Amino acid sequence: MTIPKRRCSHSRTARRWAGYRKPAAPTMVICPNCQELMLAHRICPACGFYRAREVVKAEEE
Amino acid sequence: MRHLKSTSKFSRTSAHRLAMWRNMTTSLIVHERIRTTDEKAKQLRRHVEKMITLAKHARALGSGEDKSIAAKQLHLRRQAGSFVRADEAVKKLFSELAERFAERPGGYTRIIKIGSRAGDCANMSYIELLAAEEKLEEKKPAKKAKKPAAKRTRREPKSAKKAEAAPTAEEPAAEPPAAEPPAPTEGGEETKE
Repeated sequence: MTIPKRRCSHSRTARRWAGYRKPAAPTMVICPNCQELMLAHRICPACGFYRAREVVKAEEE
Repeated sequence: MRHLKSTSKFSRTSAHRLAMWRNMTTSLIVHERIRTTDEKAKQLRRHVEKMITLAKHARALGSGEDKSIAAKQLHLRRQAGSFVRADEAVKKLFSELAERFAERPGGYTRIIKIGSRAGDCANMSYIELLAAEEKLEEKKPAKKAKKPAAKRTRREPKSAKKAEAAPTAEEPAAEPPAAEPPAPTEGGEETKE
């Protein structure tokens, strides 16, 4: 059997795992209409408003 | 090579893609608003707007008794009909939509993002035809007014660097006039120095 010649250093292990970190939570904004947290540039899932005035639809989702 | 071809293929053969665009265009015209993925919505615009443009050309020709005009209008109608799948959609294009968008120089659709879809997490959006009552926003003058200001703020650090030799005492004196309209000449002088 093949066997690793060297012990893997902590930093090397850490570097290998560097890309596997948990992704950061998306930045949320407060809906100007209903004050719920929502993603920017999208219809507010809570109230269905977008750009304050446009009622895109009533609460469906 | 597909260099510089900005459209994506959606994992479809060209026939499949064309069929998809025709279906979606027809649906959008008939229903005014459809829900689809962001990417499809973005590319659907060009197909829908082409159809509306055909209808607008027909409208611009007028409604005279002239046979040559009628023939041109018929041709435009058939061109639209060869893409759009439903007769009712063609009718709507050449009557209602041509009228509605007569004054609007392109940009007949709006895309509003919804969020991601359960299942594959695709970003979804609504694409809709603008409503008749929506007036043209006079954005252009506002943008023009804004642009010079934005440029000035960006330019200032550069011109300051170029005029490094200038003593620091001059800078505060030069800045207040830069915020006012006659700034371009001010900036020019600084770069010369």
